[in-house]
Amino acid sequence: MTHKAGWKRWLFQNIGFATALLLLIVLFLTYNILHPRGFSSAVAIQNSNETAAIAFVAMAQTLPVLLGGLDLSVGAVMTLTNCVASELLNGSPWQILFGMFLTLLTGTAFGFMNGCIVVYGRIQPIIATLATGAIAIGLALLIRPKPGGNVDDDLGWALTNSVYDFADTYGLADGGNAWWLRPFADIPVPIMLIVFVAVVAWVPFRRSVTGRTVYAIGSAEGAAYMSGLPIERAKIAAFTLGGFFAACGGLYLAIQTSSGNADIQQAGAYTLNSIAAVVLGGTSLLGGVGSAIGSLVGAMILRVISFYFRILDIDPLLQPLIEGVVLLVAVSFGAFRTLRVKNQLDLFR
Amino acid sequence: MTEAIVEYRGISKYFAGIRALESVDFACHPGSIHAILGENGAGKSTLIKIMSGVLQPDAGEMLLEGRPVTFPTPHAANDAGIVCMFQELSLVPDLSVADNISISRPPRRFGLIDRRAQVARAEELLAQVRCEDVDPNALVRELSLSRRQMVEIAKAIGRNPKVLILDEATSALTSRDVQTVYDLLADLKTKGVASLFISHRMHEVDALCDTLSVFRNGQHIETFAKGEKSEREIVRLMIGRDVEAHFPPKPAPKPVEERGEELLNIRGLKWGNRLNGIDLSLRRGEIVGLGGLDGQGQKELLLALFGVLRDVDGEFHIGGRKGLPSSPAAAKSGDTRIALVPEDRKTEGLMLGMPIADNLLAASFSKISRGFLIDPARARKAVDEEVERLRIKVGSVADPVMTLSGGNQQKVVIAKWLMTDPDIILLNDPTRGIDVGTKQEIYRLMRELANEGKALLFYSSDYAELIGCCDRVSVLYSGRVVSEQEGDAITEESLVAASLNIGVEAA
Repeated sequence: MTHKAGWKRWLFQNIGFATALLLLIVLFLTYNILHPRGFSSAVAIQNSNETAAIAFVAMAQTLPVLLGGLDLSVGAVMTLTNCVASELLNGSPWQILFGMFLTLLTGTAFGFMNGCIVVYGRIQPIIATLATGAIAIGLALLIRPKPGGNVDDDLGWALTNSVYDFADTYGLADGGNAWWLRPFADIPVPIMLIVFVAVVAWVPFRRSVTGRTVYAIGSAEGAAYMSGLPIERAKIAAFTLGGFFAACGGLYLAIQTSSGNADIQQAGAYTLNSIAAVVLGGTSLLGGVGSAIGSLVGAMILRVISFYFRILDIDPLLQPLIEGVVLLVAVSFGAFRTLRVKNQLDLFR
Repeated sequence: MTEAIVEYRGISKYFAGIRALESVDFACHPGSIHAILGENGAGKSTLIKIMSGVLQPDAGEMLLEGRPVTFPTPHAANDAGIVCMFQELSLVPDLSVADNISISRPPRRFGLIDRRAQVARAEELLAQVRCEDVDPNALVRELSLSRRQMVEIAKAIGRNPKVLILDEATSALTSRDVQTVYDLLADLKTKGVASLFISHRMHEVDALCDTLSVFRNGQHIETFAKGEKSEREIVRLMIGRDVEAHFPPKPAPKPVEERGEELLNIRGLKWGNRLNGIDLSLRRGEIVGLGGLDGQGQKELLLALFGVLRDVDGEFHIGGRKGLPSSPAAAKSGDTRIALVPEDRKTEGLMLGMPIADNLLAASFSKISRGFLIDPARARKAVDEEVERLRIKVGSVADPVMTLSGGNQQKVVIAKWLMTDPDIILLNDPTRGIDVGTKQEIYRLMRELANEGKALLFYSSDYAELIGCCDRVSVLYSGRVVSEQEGDAITEESLVAASLNIGVEAA
C-alpha cells in the first residue's frame, strides 16, 4: 500500500462527514441566495438561535452512538436542565454564573448516572435511557409544572444576538466599538458558544485515551478489552460528557426563550432529531466511526431544510415528509457497505 | 539454567465441569523461544489465556520472576510485561495504525495524545518489523490480513515485553514477513525476552524454537530441548491416548464402479486467501471427512457449499447442475438439496429462546404449510416424527430449546435439517461439547443416513471421529487438500502428520 496524500486520506476516512459538510454548504448558500435578506447578520442570528439547542443535543447523542448504543434521554435531560436554568438565571452576575454552573452540573450528573446504570447495571443503553429519560421529564415537571420562568433580560439579549450586541450590553471592548472586535462583531453569539464548547470539551476528549477507548469500544469491544483499555471508565465518561452537552442545550434554550417548559413532546422530538443529526453527520449507528463535529453539521442540515419552508411557497405540512426523504437518502450511503461483504454470515454479526 | 521468568504450579481450569487444564506445572525461561505443541483442545489456548489475564485459573499459582502474581485483566498482565498476540487480532479496525500501536499508553503532551509523536513511534516500530510500506495514518480496516498481523507484532514489541506470547502469529504472513518475525524473535532472545510460540507448523517450530513442550488433554506431558526427539516421537506424544468412543461398523470399501452416484464434484475452489484451490468429490452412501487443524479452511469450505460465501471461484457440479447455490435458501430447496449443521449451534443453529417445535420446523415451513398458513396438524405430526426418530429427550416440544442439554440441542439442529430431506449433509464439528452417549447416537445416525443413500461431508476436530466414521478423509492445510486417505489407511498418525503438513508416513 502506498502512503496517500494527507487530504486524500482524510477524505477517504471521513467520507460521511465530508458529504454532510458539502450538503450543508450547498443548502445554506442556496438558502441565502433565495432569501430576500440573504447573507445578512439578522438572518444569521435568527438561524443560529434556532439551531443552537439541537446542535448541542446532537453532540450529546454522538457519544452513546460512538459506543454502539443510543441515548433516548438526551431530549429529556435538555428539558430538565432547561427548567433548572429557568429558575436560576437571575440576580447578580455571580448568582447568574453560579446558576449556569448548577445547570450544567445537573445535566452532567444525570449523564454520569446514565453511564453508571449502563456499566454497573449491565443494561443496554437504549432501555436504560428510556427509563431515565422519563425520570428526567418527571423531575422537570416537578420543578416547573407550568411553562414560565425568570431569566435575566440582559443575558437573554446578549447571548442571542451578535458579538457586537454582547459587548454593547456588558460594556466590554469600548461597548463593542474596539478595533480588534470589528472582524467578529457581526458573528452571532450562539455560533461562538457552540464553537467554544466543541473546542474546550470535544477536542480534548477526542484526543484522550478515554476518548479513543470510546471509539475502540464501538469498533471492536473485544479487541479493546484485549488491548487493556479502560472500558468501564470510557463508557461512563461518554455518557457523562453526553449529559454535559445536553445541559448546554437546555441552558441555551432557557436563555433563548427566557423560560423553562417541561414539554414531553418537545423532549421526544429533540431526541429523535438528535439521532437523525448524528446519522446525517456521518456517525455510524454501529459505533466506532464519526464525531460530534459531524453531528453539529447534521443538526445544521436538519435546520436549514426547515428554514426553506419559510421562504419558499411549500406547504409546511410537507416538512416532515421532506426531512424524512433527506434522511433516508443520506443513510442509504451507509448501505453500500453490504455490497462488499464476502461472507454473507458477516452481515448478521 | 536461569531462573524461570514465569512458572505455573498446579494450575487447573474447568469449563462447565469439563477439564481444560489439570494440575499443570510449567515454566519458561528468559532468553528462550519456547514452542507449545498439542492437538486441538489440548489446553494450549487456555494456558496462554491464563498467562495473559484473559482467564482466571480455578486452582494453582503463578509465579513471575519468583513472586506469586494474579492477573485479573489483560491490562494487569501487560503491566507486568506479559504481552500476548492472539489468533483473533486485538486491533481496533476503525482506528489508525498509529493509534492501535500505542493504544493503551500513547505519548502525551499537555495531558493529550501527541499525534505527531505517536506517528513517529509507529514509524519506528513498523521499521523494526520491516513494514515501512504501512502508512501509520491508515485505518487498520484498510489493511490486508497479513499487514494487520505485522501491525499486531509491532504493537506487541512496542510494549517492551518480558514475555511475548505468539499464538499462531504467523498463520497469515508471507514468507518474507515470517523471516522478519524469525529475526525479530532471535533478537529478542539475545535481549533476554522469553517468547512462547504456538504454531501448528512443525518446520517453523524446528527453525525457531530451542525448547518444546507438549500438551495433551489439558495436561503438560513433557518438556524437552530441540533435537532431543524426532518428529515422529513428538507426534506420538501429541496423540498418545485411548480411543474412547465406539463407532458403528463401516461397510467394506467398494471399487469405484460400484459406488453411489456422484452428487458433488468441485475443482479448484478458491475464496479470498482462505481457500486456495480445493478438489473434492462426494458420492451417495459415503461419509467423507474433512481433517486438519482448526482454521485451515474447513469451515469456509462448508459455508461455500451452502451458498453463504460470495465471489467463490472454481468449477462445481452439484447433482446434475453446475455452480454453487446462491444462498442457504437456494441450497436447501434445489433438486439436490443441501443441509448444513453449523459450527455454533447457539447462534447459527438454534433460536435459543423459541420453542423446540418451532426450531425443528424452521428450515421446512414450506412442507407443512397450506398456502401462506402453517397447518398445525401437519406441523405437530412432523415434529413428533422427528423427536421420535432422533430420540430427543423433551418434556414438551413447546419448551424453549435452551432448556435442553447440549446433546439434545444438537439433535434438534440435526433433526431440523433432516426434515428438509437433504441429499447432501454438511456437518461442522457436530459432536463438539456434547456427551459420549449422544456422540455415539450421532455416529450411528450418520451411518444410517449414508446407508439411505445420502452423502455426508463431515468436519471434525477430533481425529478419532474421522477414523471411526469416515469412508474417506481429505486433510486440509492452508486452504488446500494436502492428503486424501481411504479405508484402513486412515490412522491417527497419518492424520496428525498430514495436519502438520510433514512427511511422516504411517509405518
